[in-house]
Amino acid sequence: MTGQATTPIASQAWSSHEGAAALAAPASTEKRRAFDWRVLLGLFLPIAVALLWEAAVHFGLAQGRLVPPPSRILATLWGLAVTGELWTHTWMTLWRVLVGFVIGAVAGIVIGALSGSSKTIRQLLDPTLQALRAIPSIAWVPLFILWLGIFEASKVALIAVGVFFPVYLGIAGAILSVDRKLVEVGHVFRLSRIQLARRILLPAVLPEAVTSLRSGLGLGFMFVVAAEFMGASEGLGYLLVDGQQMGKPDQILAAIIAFALVGKIADSLLVAGTKPLVRWQDTVRERL
Amino acid sequence: MLNLEHLSKTYADGTRALSDINLLVQEGEIVSLIGGSGCGKTTLLRLIAGLDRASAGRISLDDEVLSGPHPAVGIVFQEPRLLPWLSVADNIAFGLDGVNAAEKKARVAYALDKIGLSEHADRWPRDLSGGQQQRVSIARAFVTNPKVLLLDEPFSALDAFTRASLHEHLLGLWEETRPTVVLVTHDVQEAVTLADRAIVMQPKPGRIFDELPLTLSRPRDKAGLPFETSVRRILTALDHSLKAPQLQPQRERDRQAAALWW
Repeated sequence: MTGQATTPIASQAWSSHEGAAALAAPASTEKRRAFDWRVLLGLFLPIAVALLWEAAVHFGLAQGRLVPPPSRILATLWGLAVTGELWTHTWMTLWRVLVGFVIGAVAGIVIGALSGSSKTIRQLLDPTLQALRAIPSIAWVPLFILWLGIFEASKVALIAVGVFFPVYLGIAGAILSVDRKLVEVGHVFRLSRIQLARRILLPAVLPEAVTSLRSGLGLGFMFVVAAEFMGASEGLGYLLVDGQQMGKPDQILAAIIAFALVGKIADSLLVAGTKPLVRWQDTVRERL
Repeated sequence: MLNLEHLSKTYADGTRALSDINLLVQEGEIVSLIGGSGCGKTTLLRLIAGLDRASAGRISLDDEVLSGPHPAVGIVFQEPRLLPWLSVADNIAFGLDGVNAAEKKARVAYALDKIGLSEHADRWPRDLSGGQQQRVSIARAFVTNPKVLLLDEPFSALDAFTRASLHEHLLGLWEETRPTVVLVTHDVQEAVTLADRAIVMQPKPGRIFDELPLTLSRPRDKAGLPFETSVRRILTALDHSLKAPQLQPQRERDRQAAALWW
């Protein structure tokens, strides 16, 4: 690197240190680029179990009626995909999660921000919200059905409630734990309240906000299953119930796999979408 | 000219951090506040910076009373306190909000050059060493051209080599605009290296014990005899400042002796 060569004479005492930093930088990026084969180690266990089970069923050691072998699950999944059923159900589930997530997250961010930045609002709202949080969200189901009917509104409401609490807690907590020392830097440069919020508080809470949105999204997927259990004619949750009632374990497992894939993709999209905002973070875990 | 008159600070719990501080700092002067821990050096600096409010007394800068953070007063904290989400250049530009883009860029580039970190302009603070971060922090304070610059033990967390190089950087920046500097330190060598005057403070409650002018010519030769003499004078004053409350027990002993005599 040119770091060492262009270091001004004024910082002579420092040139070696700067040189070291400059040299260290490309080394670490190289390390990041090189593929770590040990990542594949994690695949060993599930693949081994799947192959063993496949073999056991194939050679007649196990019946495989209640626990179908991987080949049959994949065939079911393929069948559902070919008939287009899988996509209808997946889109339905995704649509519910998305709408519920947006409603819950927006409400969580707004109320969390208010509660985090104003002590009066916090004292007004927080006790009630904490009390509501203590209620298991599923307990709302009967009431939501009475109030909102058995169609989409009650399902979306349940998901929104599930998403709201982690987001609210995360945002309010993040604002309250912003480093006083950085806020003081804002005071020294005489930032107004709005400038302080925009230039210091907002960027400072972003990492925790992303984390809380991710846990909110995870809960959203959890509650969409509950919502679809309580009576739906479409959706991956419906596939689960249908598989149980019709005695089709392969369909249940196919739906579970679809859930896992969709959930992981949604989470990855959220992480990728928010990555530019938290690039500056100095943490060990680059991804999780 | 920075003028502190009858400045006192009592915390809500009744702790008297500062009592009746009177200090006049001339324009362009470098004053060093020195003293053991708990004698209110940092408190005094925070009052001047407008981060805390004085319980009594007033602070004025060129006949203008300071009652909060002021654009002409800059501060460098003990820790760099860089904003981790801004690049090095953007951190330096943080206080230049009202300045137009072209001038902002020029001033930041100049400051970066001054502290020898031009090639690190676009990096994150996390990529810099502690000494480099503190240099950025000093540049951030200098770039707004403050009339008064407050330094709160900015070099205390650094090793001796880094500290010496930062002293040079600081004096280099100071030479340009010659702001008034108030430097809090507990390092006597540092005070003699940088300051025109050393104010020795005394704890419980924090007050000024003694003032020592340091009239050595710059650049200062740290191996020279005048330097050594100044260091020794400050150390002696510090020693006295800490011993002064000991007078109390002595009198107590005299009284006991008197009682025994009876």
